[in-house]
Amino acid sequence: MPKPDESVLARRSEIVARLKALVPGEGVIADPDALRVYESDGLTAYRTVPLAAVLPSTVAEVSAVLRCCRELGVKVVPRGAGTSLSGGALPLADGIILGLGKFNRILDIDFDNRCAVVQPGVTNLAISDAVAHRDFYYAPDPSSQIACTIGGNVAENSGGVHCLKYGVTTNNILGLEIVLTDGEVVRIGGKHMDGEGYDLLGLLAGSEGLLGVITEVTVRILKKPATARALLLGFPSNESAGDCVAAVIAAGIIPGGMEMMDRPAIAATEAFVHAGYPLDVEALLIVELDGPEAEVDHLLVRVEAIARERGATTVRASADEAERLRFWAGRKAAFPAVGRISPDYYCMDGTIPRKRLPAVLKRMAELSLHYGLGVANVFHAGDGNLHPLVLYDANKPGELERAEAFGSDILRLCVEVGGVLTGEHGVGVEKRDLMGTMFGEEDLNQQQRVKCAFDPDGLLNPGKVFPTLHRCAELGRVHIHGGRLRFPDLPRF
Amino acid sequence: MTLRPRDVPDLLDAVRSASDSRAPLEIVGAGTKRGLGRPVTGHALDVTAFTGIESYEPEELVLTARAGTPLAEIEARLIQAGQQLAFEPPDYGPLYGQSRGRQTLGGVLACNLAGPRRLTAGAARDHFLGFAAVSGRGECFKAGGRVVKNVTGYDLSKLLAGSHGTLAVLTEVTIKVLPAPETVATALLPGLSSEAAFAAMRDALASPCDVSGAAHLPAALACSMPPREGQAATVLRLEGPPPSVDARIASLRTALGPDRSFELLGPGESAALWSSIRDAAPFAATPTLPLWRLALPPAAFARVASEIAERLDARWFADWGGGRLWVELAHEGEDAGAAVVRMAAQRASGHAVLIRASKDLRARVPVFDPGTDAMAALTRRLKDSFDPHRILNPGRMYEGV
Repeated sequence: MPKPDESVLARRSEIVARLKALVPGEGVIADPDALRVYESDGLTAYRTVPLAAVLPSTVAEVSAVLRCCRELGVKVVPRGAGTSLSGGALPLADGIILGLGKFNRILDIDFDNRCAVVQPGVTNLAISDAVAHRDFYYAPDPSSQIACTIGGNVAENSGGVHCLKYGVTTNNILGLEIVLTDGEVVRIGGKHMDGEGYDLLGLLAGSEGLLGVITEVTVRILKKPATARALLLGFPSNESAGDCVAAVIAAGIIPGGMEMMDRPAIAATEAFVHAGYPLDVEALLIVELDGPEAEVDHLLVRVEAIARERGATTVRASADEAERLRFWAGRKAAFPAVGRISPDYYCMDGTIPRKRLPAVLKRMAELSLHYGLGVANVFHAGDGNLHPLVLYDANKPGELERAEAFGSDILRLCVEVGGVLTGEHGVGVEKRDLMGTMFGEEDLNQQQRVKCAFDPDGLLNPGKVFPTLHRCAELGRVHIHGGRLRFPDLPRF
Repeated sequence: MTLRPRDVPDLLDAVRSASDSRAPLEIVGAGTKRGLGRPVTGHALDVTAFTGIESYEPEELVLTARAGTPLAEIEARLIQAGQQLAFEPPDYGPLYGQSRGRQTLGGVLACNLAGPRRLTAGAARDHFLGFAAVSGRGECFKAGGRVVKNVTGYDLSKLLAGSHGTLAVLTEVTIKVLPAPETVATALLPGLSSEAAFAAMRDALASPCDVSGAAHLPAALACSMPPREGQAATVLRLEGPPPSVDARIASLRTALGPDRSFELLGPGESAALWSSIRDAAPFAATPTLPLWRLALPPAAFARVASEIAERLDARWFADWGGGRLWVELAHEGEDAGAAVVRMAAQRASGHAVLIRASKDLRARVPVFDPGTDAMAALTRRLKDSFDPHRILNPGRMYEGV
């Protein structure tokens, strides 16, 4: 992380006093013990106690806090529920945490326009719950949906198991209200589709809290599918399971969800939740088909046939809703299940072209031997998003470092085979230093210039996403090329 | 003067020369949408040499092509594999008196086009996975990736989609492709008022029938579209495997109730109808009349349409369940009806784009909604970050940007 600014640390009590004047009551936390709550997010290997935590409850307060921080040169790390797996909400010693937890109200549910207007601290699941009485729901469903907030989902452009068919956050939001570092409140989009001018909605989604602080979100809500059934498919090899996934898609079928687990993940989850997974297979697929009943029945037969052709040794369709949920119970508990067989695990999140899966898993097994650490794989097979869980014990000296090195090698491998560093967890601090494997200097400079357009002083969540920070003035310079150009006859003015 | 770079080094040189000499460039692919946006004065930068599909892997659901590749070439390749661009890119060429079928993939993305399936499949932006481009700084850069799921770095594909060439010149793009539906049917409810049409579309879209198109054509327009004459037509599209479509026709009847019975159009008639809705085809016969495209909260469309029609001589139809309203005016007048149309859109918390008007009018009347001062300032700063000397399509969207 960037070295803490001593001059800011020295002014701590003045800064806290100024913030207390802006956010009354218990809205400013400065007690070191109380601040420990905020020292890390879902990526617990990294911890820093922030300068202070500020918990505003109105947009006017957010605006005033940001203006004040800009005036005082204090960095700001926005935070929702703190479930980021990439360290997106990791605090800075010389910066405040801006917690949006008090923004927890659903402001408007509009069934006529099929949308809901919510504050950023509302949890993902609470939105679906609020519209469930009319059989509507909010589609993106990250595993942490019971805790994670919609503001954080927008910042990280969160996905989930159903996103191949229903899209990720960016495809499911219509409007935002954001506050810029100068305190300016900007409204983007609304209840209509496709906003005016540049697509700032699309830019903010996945910007990891580096561009603006989100204070309101308008999300699309969808009618729940009439029915859903899941297929449990066991395969003797990762190759045959991978082939099956490709064949399903080649047959023109986009399942609501298509998840894969490798042998270590199957064993861990079965031992934990007893979902009825076969233990004599190398790879397990859960294929969920949803929609009108006639369609689901029709496609189920087709997917079963495809699976058998590709050598599936287990083919089971859920007979009822209880069984469907049982099929999913194992997959959804995969992380805690792995947590039972290993003191610690490190969850990775690369995406690869699906056809490279067998090769990637093979290489991963070699790396596992090399580092002497186990790995279990769960995989959003439909979209190529891989979640290797590297098993380690933080109490054994050197294991965390080895797990991190193993993880970095996996992500480099993803990029090498034509994939990307992160499919849904974000870059944060975790993958920041690997950005150079995917992007060149000019690519990253252009991204940072976009940051400068929003935050010229670099005060919002610095140290995340970009491996090297440049000053905006330096990035803004334009080269004069002169001479040796192929179109020298362009008229000069 | 027209510059026609043969390759990326050529293009870099062209942009760098323009940057050094502050000479504006108008990026031109097939040129079918030169009438969309404010007029740009500058040398034409012809990007049609950047053509060809680089890789297409149906099972990976991605296609990478050079930005100047004709869309028709891409769609022909996709059909062979039973796939399509799910956002149903419209062809606006005929609205500007151009022949159809000529536009490039880059043009479709730069203008963030979307067809009737916007409701369920999204717009061009939602399928634009990554790109390589040359910025107005004369730098090659890339963003995004070649896989369908990716959050590595800012999603600059979204920013470039709909930027109308004002930020960078796209050279290579990767898009998401999806299976094409096996069959299609359309439910047609004749003779509904706008309010009743909205209620029917709303109820259909709030049913679990997976309606993938919902439009309302008033009587004045229905006559120029297949298949009904003289009567308003509210149309709902169902797509998918045949057994599914059949079952959903039945459940749609239940969802709409006995008082809202409908006729069925088969695959052939459906395809013709929805491509005509997609392209706003009824307005192609009158290429000199001003044409507006409004984005609205769907429930507001009937009110907005009647507000406009009360004050101006207008023909209109609604798509996206009411979320998109097309309005053509019978006279250009002082401001192409901008004051009336924009006020009606803004009162409904929506916005309006002047899709078609004479060059003179497009220079005088804002084509895109100017937005708030804060938004305009952000827009200028973003423009600066990509194109500080304002040489790429300057003024296409906003004066001075």
